[in-house]
Amino acid sequence: MATATATRRPSRRKARGAGITPWLFISPWILGFLFFTLGPLVFSFVMSLHDWPVVGTRTFIGFENYTTMVQDDPQFWKSLWITVKFGALFVPLNIVLSFLLAVLLNLNLRGTAIYRTAFYLPSVISGVALVTIWAWIYSKEYGLLNYLLSFAGIDGPNWLGDRTWAIVAITVASLWGLGGSMLIFLAGLQSIPKELYEAARVSGVPPWAQITFITLPMLSPMILFTLITSIISAFQQLTIALLLTDGGPVNSTYFFAMYIYKTAFRFHDMGYAAAMSWVMFLIILALSMLVMRWSAAWVYYEGQARKDDADA
Amino acid sequence: MPMRRTLGYGALIFLTALFVAPFLWTLITALKSEAELYAYPPVFWPERLRWENFSNAWTALPFTTFLKNSMIVVVLSTLGQLASSSLVAYGFARFQFPGRDPLFILLLATMMIPWDVKMIPLYMEFNYLGWINTLKPLIVPAWFGEAFFIFLLRQYIMTIPMEIDEAARMDGANAWQIYWRIHLPLMAPALVLVGTFHFMNAWNDYLGPLIYLNDQTTYTLPLGLALFKGLHEVDYISIAAITVILCLPPLALFFYAQRYIMDNALGSSVKG
Repeated sequence: MATATATRRPSRRKARGAGITPWLFISPWILGFLFFTLGPLVFSFVMSLHDWPVVGTRTFIGFENYTTMVQDDPQFWKSLWITVKFGALFVPLNIVLSFLLAVLLNLNLRGTAIYRTAFYLPSVISGVALVTIWAWIYSKEYGLLNYLLSFAGIDGPNWLGDRTWAIVAITVASLWGLGGSMLIFLAGLQSIPKELYEAARVSGVPPWAQITFITLPMLSPMILFTLITSIISAFQQLTIALLLTDGGPVNSTYFFAMYIYKTAFRFHDMGYAAAMSWVMFLIILALSMLVMRWSAAWVYYEGQARKDDADA
Repeated sequence: MPMRRTLGYGALIFLTALFVAPFLWTLITALKSEAELYAYPPVFWPERLRWENFSNAWTALPFTTFLKNSMIVVVLSTLGQLASSSLVAYGFARFQFPGRDPLFILLLATMMIPWDVKMIPLYMEFNYLGWINTLKPLIVPAWFGEAFFIFLLRQYIMTIPMEIDEAARMDGANAWQIYWRIHLPLMAPALVLVGTFHFMNAWNDYLGPLIYLNDQTTYTLPLGLALFKGLHEVDYISIAAITVILCLPPLALFFYAQRYIMDNALGSSVKG
């Protein structure tokens, strides 16, 4: 038996390693990577070192775009701050709400499939449709939201026309599409062995402690994943803001991604926009790495723990 | 325990209403008369359901052209995505070759690159190729695979026993035949998933068309709706009608593919 596998293995590896064949199969991605990812990335960096108008002469200016941004462009800082504010609202709410929805679904009450579908439904549509749906709900005079608030005796604000509330309105519309994160948490909850809760219950551990000592540690890898993807999507927030408020009122929702977009395609300053997009890339990378490093303190990997036990 | 169940049901039903209400509200708005639209308190059920609002809205702008453009983009790019991503996934899953693992990590890393960094150089690239104002920028890249889909399909192929490939090779099948005759059919559930996700992305995409298309004859439906919204801010009934139409294909597809989406999400984390 041992000799049979020993003689079979090298021949199998040889068959699978046959020369050019694998490269042919992966060639679409290699070409796509060169022409639609690596090339553009390099080109974008080169652009960021130039004064690059859409028409007219381009001039090499070194890192001037970057220094201008930091030193002489208040809008850069304002837009960055708006994006950070949005992230501070969106990221925690997205994680907490999708976690709570998953917990509710995991009670496995009758009709769970229907509720699950309902919660996921908004994730299926996006962009323009989502915006037109919410624009009408937010309308000050005729909107459903202010009508419902009036029952609670609240005179609703002009959601999209108010400097304080517009960003909240965008956050709520964005949170409507949390179905994807919810499914990730639901999957995580369903993979926790029931025996853990059983054992905790028998030993008299109260329910709140079960959440702290079983549910949250077991879900921590999913929390980390959702944290990173939410941060990235918060930074890239563009479609909803562009269509719902177009940056207004008084630039209060002029997100960083929108500033990049408008600099490139409305003000036609390609070099400066490219430089800002690189700054966004670096911020996202740095934040992701910080979160990853921080996560070592609280993420619990089941497989890793078992391995540690076995090693000990 | 019964207390907890009642609370659970209450919360679930309330939340379901919260998630579904905006859709229903838009549908009802689309069926109202102008007087009902601006009535206070709001009208929750129109006196007469005005289905003609849909045809009126549809003909107010060349939406048939926009639909045709959307269909071309969605169909051709979905085909490309299915073909290319499955080929690449098969290549990564079933062959040993020097540099495979670093390449695969590179592929996963590309998912971290924000679209904003690529948006400007890609515009320049497509402009150089003369593709601006054509549907090509929205179709061609899909024929070169997408990291997330390649990853998903590769994971799926990895669950299929190697013995099946071995047996086919014994019978004289080459690598292409094993891909085409064995793995492609076996991958069907994962392909439904990739096709559905890609269809929804392509159908809903607003920023891509916004950047690459300037000429109204090349507009896709989302751009058409945005244009409509800009021109007829007051005509909210028509805007709602087009919004409903725009939502229908992804919703229909979702109900068809729901089983695969849920199976994938709820099955994957167990495997890790």
